[in-house]
Amino acid sequence: MNEFFTLMKPELLIMAILFLLLFIKISKGLANDKLLQFIQVLLLINFVAGFFLNAEGKLFDSMYQTNAMIVLQKNILNLGMFFISLLFTDWFRKCEHLSEFFMLMLSALLGMFYMMSSGNLLMFYLSLELATIPVAAMSNFNLDKKVSSEAAIKMILSSAFSSGILLFGISLLYGATGTLSFTEMPALLTSSPLQILAFVCLFTAFAFKMSVVPFHFWTADVYEGSPVVVTSFLSVISKGAIAFVFVSTLFKVFQPLHDIWYNMIMVLSVMTMLIGNLFALRQQNIKRFLAFSSIAQVGFILVGMSSNSTQGTASIIYFICIYIFSNLAAFGVADLISFFTGKENVDDYKGLYQTNPLLSWVLALSLFSLAGIPPTAGFFGKLFLLSAGATTGNYIFIGIAAVNMIISLYYYLRIIRAVFMDKNETPVEKISINPYTKIGLYICSAGIVLIGLLSWVYDYIESVVN
Amino acid sequence: MNLLLLILIPLLTAVAVFMMQNNNQVRWIAFFGSAIQLILSLGLYVVYTNARNHGDTAQMLFEQNMPLFKSWNINLHLGVDGISVAMIMLTAFVVVAGVLMSWKMEKMTKEFYFLLILLSMGAYGFFISLDLFVLFFFLEIAVIPKYLLIGVWGSGKKEYSANKLALMLMTGSALVLVGMFILYFGGGKSFDILQLAQTTIPTWTQHICFPLLFVGFGVFTALFPFHTWVPDGHSSAPTAGSMFLAGISMKLGGYGCLRVATYLLPEGAKEYANIILLLSAIAILYGAFATMMQKDLKYINAYSSISHCGFVLLGIGMLTKVAITGAIMQMVSHGLMTALFFAVIGIIYERTHTRQVNEMGGLLKVMPFTITLLFIVGLCSLGLPGLSGFVAEMTIFVGSWENPDTFHRIVTVAGCMSIVVTAVYILRAIGRTAMGPLKEEYNNLSDAAWPEKLATIILLVGIIAIGVAPFWLNDLVSPGAELIMQKIQMAK
Repeated sequence: MNEFFTLMKPELLIMAILFLLLFIKISKGLANDKLLQFIQVLLLINFVAGFFLNAEGKLFDSMYQTNAMIVLQKNILNLGMFFISLLFTDWFRKCEHLSEFFMLMLSALLGMFYMMSSGNLLMFYLSLELATIPVAAMSNFNLDKKVSSEAAIKMILSSAFSSGILLFGISLLYGATGTLSFTEMPALLTSSPLQILAFVCLFTAFAFKMSVVPFHFWTADVYEGSPVVVTSFLSVISKGAIAFVFVSTLFKVFQPLHDIWYNMIMVLSVMTMLIGNLFALRQQNIKRFLAFSSIAQVGFILVGMSSNSTQGTASIIYFICIYIFSNLAAFGVADLISFFTGKENVDDYKGLYQTNPLLSWVLALSLFSLAGIPPTAGFFGKLFLLSAGATTGNYIFIGIAAVNMIISLYYYLRIIRAVFMDKNETPVEKISINPYTKIGLYICSAGIVLIGLLSWVYDYIESVVN
Repeated sequence: MNLLLLILIPLLTAVAVFMMQNNNQVRWIAFFGSAIQLILSLGLYVVYTNARNHGDTAQMLFEQNMPLFKSWNINLHLGVDGISVAMIMLTAFVVVAGVLMSWKMEKMTKEFYFLLILLSMGAYGFFISLDLFVLFFFLEIAVIPKYLLIGVWGSGKKEYSANKLALMLMTGSALVLVGMFILYFGGGKSFDILQLAQTTIPTWTQHICFPLLFVGFGVFTALFPFHTWVPDGHSSAPTAGSMFLAGISMKLGGYGCLRVATYLLPEGAKEYANIILLLSAIAILYGAFATMMQKDLKYINAYSSISHCGFVLLGIGMLTKVAITGAIMQMVSHGLMTALFFAVIGIIYERTHTRQVNEMGGLLKVMPFTITLLFIVGLCSLGLPGLSGFVAEMTIFVGSWENPDTFHRIVTVAGCMSIVVTAVYILRAIGRTAMGPLKEEYNNLSDAAWPEKLATIILLVGIIAIGVAPFWLNDLVSPGAELIMQKIQMAK
């Protein structure tokens, strides 16, 4: 019983918060301000508690498993959740159904946690659904906007479709190997055609969730239509969780099929980087822009994934940790501007520096980090992904990735140019940032500058992975 | 001497500049920071030569090695030899001058100085690091400040130039990145330059790696045909920006070509030496002839920079000790000279509000100090004995002549011929600017103010110090060139 509590601690904590919110909701309810503060404190406690009393082991006949690496990944996501609660304070305060929104978000997170800890394909499927359906409901939260409902419908339909493919793959795999357990699976994989077909189905489902090209079509519309909070949740937390699971599944469970998935990953990675970048070049809406740029980032994650080594795993965890800081900061700024002025166009950002220097610097830092420019952490994150990819000796692949870094630099610089260089007669007016968001932005900026330079962060992650 | 100081002082200066509220404080702090750095780098020279005179024969002095990312075997490995000391001194001179030249900058002063100091930190870090990863880190740090400096404070088609510069330089560094990875995995999983120099790198790796690294760094130093960012970037940048670009940033490339590409991959260097020579000869002649057609003073200096930096690559491509020594001296000389040239152009432009040679005339009467400097720097550019340009180019030609075959001879002669062209365009430009009738609207122009005078004198001291007594610089850099040559001679 004791083991149950220590092993499942992250999930139990989230569940406790969920129930607490539910009780508050049905008893009397709190004003949004109070409730939000309460949630922020809870999420902070949740994040801090993630570092204590951790254990490794399995539960429920290996249905649930955890180890130091999984705990670390969960902590990273918890940190991201805490940032979200800080950065989007203004939106939350105005939100009509705040406690419901957080309940949905936390249940999605709960789903991701179970997904990361799952030791069996059925468990994996169930938790994947738990991680998806609440997000679709969240996408609909801009209740007065039509695009928001459109986003929700697109999200739910397309993820239902991908779930179908996933289930098909799982059933084929069960037919071919006779097991659903992650531990028993590798020994039974012989790369027979049926198994490969099943694997491709599974792979597709992962690729869909991570919005890998050519399974990315839902991404831009959903990102644009949803509230910025949901967009950032989708592109950071949700994508991070899927990447974590994808890596460990590929490296551990499907290790015997390495030759097959290496080529798949390579082709998809090149396509994802290229198409994500090319589409991002021409976007005018800042949310769509960030959506496509985050597709391109996934391409870089795939470069690290192609390495098939612990260094690859470590560099992906490191990259996502950095990505949380940089992408959330960018979304935080975009949200502030769109919340107070309704402006979401790149052209509206012209002359931002004159009126909002703090926001401009934070945005610049986060975009430089996304583009991989030193001294920001993104530089180290991208470089380690590339060097992990280079361990296979496929330098042409790395060369293509490096070229894509240049293309992405071009469009990130476009925003920088609008903010710092272009003149505008009606720039965004001075925005008064509330203290919570300010703290969030400061922490994110500090993280962007420091994580890379403090080299023990990477060494710590690497030691945990080993 | 602790080399970390060389990075820490600019860093602290940059942070202090960012914290300040009023523009005057910003200027003085930036000035003090860069002055301390100048004193430090002169101190470094003294300490370095002392150690050498006392018989310290280690390849690198003041070495420090701290592990950074253990699992990738990345270390913060710092150390200097004569070549780096020369480069550091050059940087320190140009930075102080650049800070002084921007004294009147009123638009976003704080941000301007912050970026200047950040850029200089990148350069210092680049010149002292002995680990490829760290070196690459500092190389890239020096790019984005340039983009912002040109884009925000520049003139003319600044956005276009800034974009072009950033993208071309980043493409160069992407090539360096790929080359660096191949070197890392081909050379025993180490980024350490000294270790890589000890390991034998397979011939095919050298043949793949060398073009990547050389062209990658070459983009920074205007290797033909990747020079197109130079004229636009230089002419759009604010005065201090052009000084930094030509004086420091282009030297990053030359240093990288030498220290990383040629030193680590001698077989590759031998394989491709003729192509390098051909490209640099084209750059020298093309740059010189293109300059003849220019009417804008900044464009004149920018195109002549392509020509002069061609000499650097020519010296490297000749693969003799004297020529390589000459290449390094040319880097230092050109850095000082071109920074001074841009400073003078900046002074003139600020007063006449034009950079077109045709619209000026007779300025010697109203601005004697500035125009005298223009004469000196012009003569330095065309290689008058007694100034640094002569010493450097002469050394390169002497070194080049050591190669007895016809191809090398032809290339050398072609390079020499450019000097004639240089004389034509320099004398014409200076003549038009300084002599002739003075236009009425220029009657009341003032001469250089004190910060400008100080800045130009600092640079001039450097030029004359090399021109009159070149031996100290020669003695400083030639042991480093000797080591590189040994590697090349040992290679097949």
